[in-house]
Amino acid sequence: MTMSASLPLAAADTALPAAKPDLAPLLLVPALMLAVLPLAGSFSTWVTLSVAGLAMGMMYFIMASGLTLVFGLMSVLNFGHGAFVSVGAFTATLVLLPMRGWLEMDSLLINLGVLGLAVLLAMIVTGLLGWFFERVIIMPVYGQHLKQILITMGGMIVAEQLIHVIWGAETIALPLPAALRGAILMGDAAIEKYRLVAVVVGIVVFVAMFLVLNRTKIGLLIRAGVENGEMVEALGYRIRRLFVAVFAAGSALAGLGGVMWGLYKETLSAAMGGEIMVMIFIVIIIGGLGSVGGCFIGALLMALVANYAGFLAPKLALVSNIILMIAILLWRPAGLYSTTRG
Amino acid sequence: MLHQLLSGDKPRSRILSAVLLLILFGLAFAPFLTSGARPLNTAATICVYIVLVASYDLLLGYTGIVSFAHTMFYGIGAYGIGLGLARVDEPTWSAALAGLGLALLLALALALVVGLFALRVRAIFYAMITLAVASSFAVLASQLSDFTGGEDGITFSVPELLSPGYQLLENEVLGRSIDGKLITYYIVFFGCLLLFLFLLRLVNSPFGRVLQAVRENEFRAEALGYRTMVYRIWANCFAALVAALAGALMALWLRYVGPKTSLGFEVMTDILLIVVIGGMGTMYGAVVGAALFIIAQNYLKELMAAGSSALEGVPLLANALHPDRWMLWLGVLFVLSIYFFPIGIVGKLRLRAYFARR
Repeated sequence: MTMSASLPLAAADTALPAAKPDLAPLLLVPALMLAVLPLAGSFSTWVTLSVAGLAMGMMYFIMASGLTLVFGLMSVLNFGHGAFVSVGAFTATLVLLPMRGWLEMDSLLINLGVLGLAVLLAMIVTGLLGWFFERVIIMPVYGQHLKQILITMGGMIVAEQLIHVIWGAETIALPLPAALRGAILMGDAAIEKYRLVAVVVGIVVFVAMFLVLNRTKIGLLIRAGVENGEMVEALGYRIRRLFVAVFAAGSALAGLGGVMWGLYKETLSAAMGGEIMVMIFIVIIIGGLGSVGGCFIGALLMALVANYAGFLAPKLALVSNIILMIAILLWRPAGLYSTTRG
Repeated sequence: MLHQLLSGDKPRSRILSAVLLLILFGLAFAPFLTSGARPLNTAATICVYIVLVASYDLLLGYTGIVSFAHTMFYGIGAYGIGLGLARVDEPTWSAALAGLGLALLLALALALVVGLFALRVRAIFYAMITLAVASSFAVLASQLSDFTGGEDGITFSVPELLSPGYQLLENEVLGRSIDGKLITYYIVFFGCLLLFLFLLRLVNSPFGRVLQAVRENEFRAEALGYRTMVYRIWANCFAALVAALAGALMALWLRYVGPKTSLGFEVMTDILLIVVIGGMGTMYGAVVGAALFIIAQNYLKELMAAGSSALEGVPLLANALHPDRWMLWLGVLFVLSIYFFPIGIVGKLRLRAYFARR
């Protein structure tokens, strides 16, 4: 018999009691979808509506996830996040417009290749921009919420105007690649191809994020930082460095979201970032500031509600976001999954 | 007398006093000093913006609340007058007052709801929620086109006394005919002056002192026995009502309301820029900031146009100096002033005067 075995509390292999999983928010999305099924009229309409909603939700999620992580990690709320969305979309035009011929070719592979190049460029540019933004705009105002809000607003104004300076004041048309236009029929339900792409990209981003956050050491540190940044710092990790990386990654994701959003709307304007900003905020409020899972559910909920409301009660659709937000906050005042700082 | 009018909050800087007197004098006699519609329009806009910005400063500078819903209240006031006068065949004072009354009630109710709902949370949360609420409200106003005129807005006629064709006196006074436009201007001017003095009274009252205490250290203010929530909600309501009144005056002046001029996010960014550049937490900051901003907005663009055409050949620089890009430079100025100049023009002037006296 060894020494340690005789000590009742030292059994290293006894797992800590697992925290009770909080499942209720997870059920919201399927519950909502099921609840609308009888109202939608026909099954195929319901499928079309749901897929469209999910696709939009995925795009919201991609744009919002970086912001919520940054907030959780350093308690910085970047009101200029929307600018990254616009910059991403406009950067993509640098590839997509000169290579328009390639996009017109009826080959999925070439189309996706060009698209991938555009996305890559957009993500690199927005990632670098995020890094710069953090260094220049945000670093001097840590811990001062009022100044953070004001200064990131200022950054947003400047970025929006710079887009005008570089790309001109007119809106830019951004047609979808040939292979992604149109819809495919599944039974009676018509599903736009691009929405399927958006769903796939969204799921890939979510899974990748989930894996990084839950299966890697960096993810462990990020999650720990979101829960209690000071403690992580006290353990000897440079949370600042981690934060810059997360900020740049979040900006790059916003850039990716911007490209997808731009292709979805098929026109780009410098104000698009400011407009989408409101959506992003509602998503992260619903999800609980700092929570990626909550952000995912919040994004899907919001897009689905907006989509269903647009079909069932068009007048109501205008304020459906606000109604959803109020309903969620009445249920859980700090959002679906509140983190310690939320 | 002056002490009481200013509620004991004197400019406390000789330069600031001079600037304020200059602005007051300029606005009071604008119709007689200038001719043409544009300068008078600028003066009226300055008057309204002073009140609008000062009421926002009650929230941002004095209480430390960041709200993005201020234009919502401004818009409610404007639409109140607009809809009140556009609904009736004969524009009467009672129709205008009824519209204004309803608008004030709606503004108060919304301010209470938003306040109760969201003021319990921290600054950042509140900022986001108000942004969401305000943008939905703007969407609603532009989509319900049967009621609000949609994107186009509504033009309406004003009571006869205020209409441009009306002549109060046969003769001209100081080379200017006393017409409805002039009367409207003075209603706007004195309305704004009263509202501004009211705000000055408010922030220098015991109530205003508590607001400042809430801004500095909410926890301690609460520990002293003040119910900080109640104070914050009151501040929210006062700011909303004054903003609505400012909106009403603006609508009366323009004889038009539309989502762009009263509810747009651009108006909100203008307010933010003016508050910060003028000086947060000083009512006089609103005066100096608004005057500077509106004059720059109206006249700087021409300067930029000249610069832009001079740099025709240079690709990006000519774009950057395009008159529509003046917000770019203002944004840069804004960011820089938050870093190096956080107390704004008025704060700086007062600080200089304070050190000069010692």
